[in-house]
Amino acid sequence: MTAGNKFLVGVFDDDDVLLKAVTKVRESGIRIHECYTPFPVHGLGDALGYKRSKLPIAAFMFGMLGTSLALLMQFYMMDIDWPMIIGGKNYSSIPTFFPVTFELTVLLSALGMVGVFMIISDLRPYGKAKVFDLRATDDKFIMAIDLAKNSISIDEIKQTLEGAGAIEVNEKRGQ
Amino acid sequence: MEVTSAVRKPLVTGGKTVHDVTVDVCRRVEEKPTITWFLAVAASLGLLTVGFYAVFRTLWDGIGMWGLNKTIGWAWDITNFVWWVGIGHAGTLISAILLLFRQRWRMSINRAAEAMTIFAVISAAMFPVLHMGRPWLGAYWNLPLPNTFGSLWVNFNSPLLWDVFAISTYFTVSLVFWYIGLIPDFATIRDRAQGIISRTVYGALSFGWNGSARTWERYEAVALILAGLCTPLVLSVHTIVSFDFATSVIPGWHTTIFPPYFVAGAIFSGFAMVLTLMLITRKVYKLEDYITINHIEMMNIIIIVTGSVVGVAYITELFMAWYSGVEYEQYAFLNRATGPYWWAYWTMMTCNVISPQLFWIKKIRTSIVATFILSIIVNIGMWFERFVIIVTSLHRDYLPSSWAMFQPTIYDLGVYIFTIGLFFTFFFMFAKFFPVINMAEVKSIIKATSEKAPVVQETGTTTLPEEEMAPTASKN
Repeated sequence: MTAGNKFLVGVFDDDDVLLKAVTKVRESGIRIHECYTPFPVHGLGDALGYKRSKLPIAAFMFGMLGTSLALLMQFYMMDIDWPMIIGGKNYSSIPTFFPVTFELTVLLSALGMVGVFMIISDLRPYGKAKVFDLRATDDKFIMAIDLAKNSISIDEIKQTLEGAGAIEVNEKRGQ
Repeated sequence: MEVTSAVRKPLVTGGKTVHDVTVDVCRRVEEKPTITWFLAVAASLGLLTVGFYAVFRTLWDGIGMWGLNKTIGWAWDITNFVWWVGIGHAGTLISAILLLFRQRWRMSINRAAEAMTIFAVISAAMFPVLHMGRPWLGAYWNLPLPNTFGSLWVNFNSPLLWDVFAISTYFTVSLVFWYIGLIPDFATIRDRAQGIISRTVYGALSFGWNGSARTWERYEAVALILAGLCTPLVLSVHTIVSFDFATSVIPGWHTTIFPPYFVAGAIFSGFAMVLTLMLITRKVYKLEDYITINHIEMMNIIIIVTGSVVGVAYITELFMAWYSGVEYEQYAFLNRATGPYWWAYWTMMTCNVISPQLFWIKKIRTSIVATFILSIIVNIGMWFERFVIIVTSLHRDYLPSSWAMFQPTIYDLGVYIFTIGLFFTFFFMFAKFFPVINMAEVKSIIKATSEKAPVVQETGTTTLPEEEMAPTASKN
């Protein structure tokens, strides 16, 4: 968040109203900084013009890494480093490597994806929450507009927000 | 967007608004703990302490303190392990598989069920860890670590090793899934917090969450993929636990039916434990509007289905023993039903096969008292199932001269009590300090399913004209 900038913060009390307001506000040429909602509002990302998350790709890559590492580890240990005959079978028998390979695929995929999610979303223990309105985690839907990035006058933006159904419009400084 | 049928029963009753959800759930975290809570925690800490003596003696004197003998090398320890792991299956099933199937009734119960999963897996892990005798050396036996023997590695052909990977992966991924879901709710508590301590603690736990649209978008992607990963994972865990038995050559264990049979049994016992805990939590925390009779009925239906699968598995085992023509296999099952452990076998049959069938009667499956009693009966039955599989198969195998009986000692009992105390201590701590209901998810369905939904739109709290609203459109 752009610290110190002046923001206009529109407060909405319904997710459907917010969703329509986002489209309306964007159509009138105002750039929205971000919206804050107490629960995921479907279609909000599209309305704001966000691209689809690439996290599934991260999950797949980490999963493949898990598969490869698991297979490499098992073949190296059972076949190359210390080959042993167990139950008269081959040194390395692929079917018995399946469970560990599967588990490590899932483990690395999950941990890797969640790690990427935390980093790109700036989520970490003791991370400071940059909150415009404390009610955004309760029952209000917040739309923040960075005044420095918009050339339209404050009053006009205010009017647009109110016209779109905002119950309050406040001026706040970014943290 | 999807459209919800008007005939569908509301998932949240009592005309709750989004703000009511916040208040109803956060209030439990914010208010001073009640006397009931202190008594409950004291009781479970009491069990923990009593049980700890048995754990201490097991570690100090060795597992000779248990009732194992050279015929029965596995008994209560693995019975309790499988029982706990099975209980730990409902949480991830509810949050992952029901998410993929878009079953929205999961939303009120998934948080507590996942917590239960995690605590049950911790309790389960106590048994293999203690059975190692010297668990501080356990890392060398369990993990592929280089060691002083010129790196004599662990055996990747062994199902016991697969179990190590399966259980630890399951625990880690379930914990991550649970925690990701908790972050937005911790943020809600943080933003309402009055005291400096709660603001700092929940501030630290909420990871700086502010509910931005971009983060929610990613959060949803993460939740969906984690659900996709957890679905095969939850099925793999009990499959691998069943391999511990199925890959051996003991009569009664060496069967290919074990994986599906164990998974069904795990879901069966897991839902029973969820019901036991949720019925109490619901009553004490007055969450009747969130966990409705409808929810209880849904869970009871899952109990009928999985209980019937388990029943069919028992009968299939008997049939296969006869049909295989293997004398040892036939004797193993004859001995289970009519041998010295007949009482355990028939307890199992009554509790697991007959009692859940009572849920076919609507009056019973919508009765809270009946559900509570039956949920406990099912858990007793599932404990006996594992006892029957393990002890009755081992105590009389191929060599009649080494036949023996198993006599548990107070240390067997003590370690079991220890894990029960551990489980309930964790659960009560969770119930006090964590949001017991997933607020963010419940809020997202409140408009579409709450009884009050049409009222809100009629009184016109929003400024949009009515034709622009989508009254039946819901989010999910």
